[in-house]
Amino acid sequence: MAYWRPLWQLTLSRFREQLRQPEVLFWVFAFPLLLAVALGLAFRNRPPEVVHVAVEAGPGADSVAALLNGARSVRAAVEAPAQAAEGLRKGGVALVVVAGDPVVYRYDSTRSESRLARLVTDDALQRALGRHDARAVADQKVMEKGSRYIDFLIPGLLGLNLMGTGMWGMGYAVVDARKRKLMKRLMASPMRRSEYLASFIAARLVLLGPEVALLLGFGMLAFGVPFRGSAVTVAIVVVIGAMCFAGLGLLTASRARTIEMVSGLMNLIMMPMWILSGVFFSSANFPTVMQPLIRVLPLTALNDALRAVILDGASLGAVAVPVVLVAAWGAVSFAVALKIFRWL
Amino acid sequence: MHTLMPAPAIRCANLQKRYKDVVAVAGLDLEVHAGECFGLLGPNGAGKTTTVEMLEGLVVPDGGEIELLGMRWAEHERALRERLGVALQETKLADRLKVSEVIRLFHSFYPSGRSVEEVLEVVELGEKRDAWVEKLSGGQRQRLAIACALVGDPDILFLDEPTTGLDPQSRHQLWGVVAAFKRRGGTVVLTTHYMEEAERLCDRVAVMDHGKVIALGTPRELIASLGAEEVVEFALGDGAAPPSEAALAALPGVTAVRRDGPRYMLTVSELHRSVPGLLAELQRGGVELTALVTHHATLEDLFLSLTGRHLRDE
Repeated sequence: MAYWRPLWQLTLSRFREQLRQPEVLFWVFAFPLLLAVALGLAFRNRPPEVVHVAVEAGPGADSVAALLNGARSVRAAVEAPAQAAEGLRKGGVALVVVAGDPVVYRYDSTRSESRLARLVTDDALQRALGRHDARAVADQKVMEKGSRYIDFLIPGLLGLNLMGTGMWGMGYAVVDARKRKLMKRLMASPMRRSEYLASFIAARLVLLGPEVALLLGFGMLAFGVPFRGSAVTVAIVVVIGAMCFAGLGLLTASRARTIEMVSGLMNLIMMPMWILSGVFFSSANFPTVMQPLIRVLPLTALNDALRAVILDGASLGAVAVPVVLVAAWGAVSFAVALKIFRWL
Repeated sequence: MHTLMPAPAIRCANLQKRYKDVVAVAGLDLEVHAGECFGLLGPNGAGKTTTVEMLEGLVVPDGGEIELLGMRWAEHERALRERLGVALQETKLADRLKVSEVIRLFHSFYPSGRSVEEVLEVVELGEKRDAWVEKLSGGQRQRLAIACALVGDPDILFLDEPTTGLDPQSRHQLWGVVAAFKRRGGTVVLTTHYMEEAERLCDRVAVMDHGKVIALGTPRELIASLGAEEVVEFALGDGAAPPSEAALAALPGVTAVRRDGPRYMLTVSELHRSVPGLLAELQRGGVELTALVTHHATLEDLFLSLTGRHLRDE
């Protein structure tokens, strides 16, 4: 139908331009995967590690070291005092043992690995010297999928990617067209403004499918991240999230005349959310006074909704509050952007 | 018997635009006839671009009236857009679209129009149909811009400095495209600061300076208004006293004298009488000539005589 021709051609152009720019493909598709791999490797769940400690050289040092090395969970080495102190400072050893009576444990009590080393080392030493447990205990080890770091990370990266591609996809392209006077040239033709904006949204929605499928599929196949929610619910949350950030991107680009200006604005908006919105670590780590502010950020709400749906299989109703918040951000952004947009 | 005057394609009256404290267009009246090629000639900053962008409905005038094809922007914006073709000064179309894709995109905006194939043929970009825009030369890009303006089969074509920065061959190629559009009965409005372009392409020219029209007519009429057909330029060596401007003006056939440092410029109506007179005068004073050039008077000479300045500062 002739009525749809301009929208179809505009969307096609937009789509072709994106696919013909390798850098766009990298940021949309490759970057989140690389981030997932790198962080997944760095923070993988490892079997309990051996504790490395130094025994300060001196009388009795060798026998203490020998006793400790008898335990499977401790590696002890005799070192000169200066060397041992340096090891402790730089993190090569978690604890320095000074033989004598009493045996002295020197460590930084604010470091959790040092506190762990203190417990493990003391336990090994006391056992080697003949201590017995007062009561028999047994360990039962569990490692459940869905509660590992990578499980936390993948939905967060999805939210982050929706923010990045939505904002850059709108913001950069709009300002670029304005700077080239391409927008002015289009305004001189009978093209409707609504068609122009709709083409951005359409192109964004087309790219959204592969973008989301790739990241979630990779997480499931490579790391066994569980996918417990319904695909339809996830799709709804993803589309609302993508539209929200497309709106914010349009708002950011609504007046800017240069790429430098829109880049600066976009970083200003996105950087706080990179850190605060619980992408790489839980936003609960921030002080209570900051929580109301953090909870109202669109990426925080989107990440909460994505995690609940993907990891816990929550229904749309259960995530209604964050989803409505995300939608509201999008609606307000679009409305303001259209009001102040610089077309010429 | 009476002749029916064709309705003007464009009519504007008392058009005004100012940007902050700069007056870009200061009360402009123009009438462009259907089927003619109308040129706005003037130096940079004369207000040419502001004028055409107001006519194109891209800049809102501070005052005055515009009527195109009997319609006004306020009431008939969309109908007008469908009947105008526009090539702006320096539009960079999408880098990574193919030539044919860009034309097809613009084609989609018009309810009817010329086919992409036909337009490719007209602007001689058939061989480049599958090339990315970023791979095109300056002349090819400019022809693509005109193809986008032609694809809606417009009644009026606006070209803002279409050949600025192009080599002579590309310029001639582009003039051919404009001439072909005119042969189809189209109306053309173009801005330029090349007097040769205005003389070759335009039926009528408005010479602009400081936001006003300072002369209007066919190129031939404008040049004739100088009262002379030829220009004699010469330069003198150092030494003996140069002739006075009054003495030069008194030479046979000389209508105007202008001096620019060591260079003199005489506007003359009868070259065959003025040159021997000049040589005799210089010989009497014992002054040596270091250069002597004559050429037909051009719009450049007209602009110089009207404003005392050159069209281009080069």
